[in-house]
Amino acid sequence: MTVAQIIFLITAAVILGSAAMVVTTRNLVHAALWLIVTLFGAAVLFAMLNAGFIAVVQVVVYIGAIAILFIFAVMLTRREMNDTGPGLNKGWWLSAVTSALTFGGLVWLLQGWDGLSKVAPALGSEFDAIGALANALVSPEAYVLPFEVASVLLLAALVGAVYIAFQRKGEE
Amino acid sequence: MIPLWWYLILSAALFSIGLFGALARKNAVAILLGIELMLNAVNINLVSFWRYNDPTRIDGQVFAIIVFAVAAAEVAVGLALVISVYRRRNTVVADEIDLMKW
Repeated sequence: MTVAQIIFLITAAVILGSAAMVVTTRNLVHAALWLIVTLFGAAVLFAMLNAGFIAVVQVVVYIGAIAILFIFAVMLTRREMNDTGPGLNKGWWLSAVTSALTFGGLVWLLQGWDGLSKVAPALGSEFDAIGALANALVSPEAYVLPFEVASVLLLAALVGAVYIAFQRKGEE
Repeated sequence: MIPLWWYLILSAALFSIGLFGALARKNAVAILLGIELMLNAVNINLVSFWRYNDPTRIDGQVFAIIVFAVAAAEVAVGLALVISVYRRRNTVVADEIDLMKW
């Protein structure tokens, strides 16, 4: 067992454990903090996959923006500091069966595929993944149109979020 | 070296945990947390396929970036909706938001 495999297994255990805490813990602020642990584990995985830019974006956008947004939303929507009652709804076992079936189905699909034990091809020393990504995002032959559409989508989402959450005069 | 299926099994497990959270939680904010877990599982899949297939083709990373942008937009609008609903109905429990239920 190599060092990379040991690091992967530790990271996977951290990711799955903290994800389980996200969906089961009753206190929502704690759930958001566990989500940060999960996202950080995913960033470690991206770094292990040589996707440095994705790892940094994961930390900056997901942990720095989205998780903080969640914590603010939890703080703005709580009647009292302690959450009362069960965190799961009555049919939660049905959800558990559904997600277990999903996992089983995915594993069943995967074990019939012949590319499973593929190992990663070596990256050439002159290959620059971040430069290639930058070129792909702004090159007209590649992904400049989805890139621009994504920026328009973000602008529309921003305007929509402000409009939806805006407190009009006369509303309590 | 880590075989590809380790990443795939991990992301399948993460996706299933997120699915459970999105289906079973009562609080609307917690449902959005489950959706975030599912999106992250998809991203791990995309990046590992990029790395294990042909790293000179950068498509997998571009897909992951687009997923980031869509996730940010989804969270912004979703949490704005939750806050707006909380202001009008004073609840964030998904079962009690039943105005459109016949």
